[in-house]
Amino acid sequence: MTSDDPLVIGGQKLDSRLIIGTGGASNLAVLERALVESGTELTTVAMRRADLEGGSGVLDLLRRLGISLLPNTAGCRSAAEAVLTARLAREALDTDWIKLEVHADDRTLLPEPFETLDAAEQLVADGFTVLAYTNDDPVLALRLEEAGCAAVMPLGAPIGTGLGIRNPHNIELITARAGVPIVLDAGIGTASDAALAMELGCDAVLLSTAVTRAEDPERMATAMRNAVDAGRLARLAGRIPQRFWAQASSPPR
Amino acid sequence: MDVEVNGEEREFADGTTLAQLLEQLGTAQRGVAVAVDGTVVTRSEWQDVVLTDGAKVEILTAVQGG
Repeated sequence: MTSDDPLVIGGQKLDSRLIIGTGGASNLAVLERALVESGTELTTVAMRRADLEGGSGVLDLLRRLGISLLPNTAGCRSAAEAVLTARLAREALDTDWIKLEVHADDRTLLPEPFETLDAAEQLVADGFTVLAYTNDDPVLALRLEEAGCAAVMPLGAPIGTGLGIRNPHNIELITARAGVPIVLDAGIGTASDAALAMELGCDAVLLSTAVTRAEDPERMATAMRNAVDAGRLARLAGRIPQRFWAQASSPPR
Repeated sequence: MDVEVNGEEREFADGTTLAQLLEQLGTAQRGVAVAVDGTVVTRSEWQDVVLTDGAKVEILTAVQGG
């Protein structure tokens, strides 16, 4: 096996380059088997109004499995909402890590770039380790890095679409210039998408429903773990250049 | 007095503290965070915050989500 540096985000070392979102699982038992199979060490949760009677089953599960929490600001439409949600998450979960996401509208769930950058600046100033969900925009990715984000997380395609990586060249432009880890977030549909993300130079992949809503989530978690490993190895191995014409591999007669 | 808890009007005795409100509602003590009128109130301050009529209390916890 080729030696590889561990992934380090915000000073924390992660051996797994697969970050799993907990959304979309039909029940906690299915989620547990998929999380264990994926080998993930970092997993997202959303912040919502507490059901006044019940506890939070997903928190108990993640603590039992020893998986670090990455709360998100999903559902927020403005920087102000995202900053408040991040502060509540820090208070509730005892972590200063936040997956910053500010959505522009419900149909596309695309990131709102101006509010995202504004929130990132405020949260970094407030001591958060910010992992920012963003469009596949190489300029904005650099701006978020300059704002002090610990990781920048461009989408492959809109959330939940499973359309894969719609603009691989943009992802490669982002990874080529990045000084912080780049995590491909959203749009992954199947294992080849995750492998491609790694081949394009991403440092990790974040996905949820590609696993949790697969017909067999546990098996898809295995596929994703292997795909991330394979894509990473191929990146490190250095692929052959693409050519227009054939080039014989046998010696000429 | 009336206090809005997670968007729902509820009645509490005058002078109720945030800690008392959470206890009366049976809110879990771990894994939750509270904001009053849009400002986060840290756990150590819950007993010091006296709620006033019309206050808006938001109680959040972590749920499954991408």
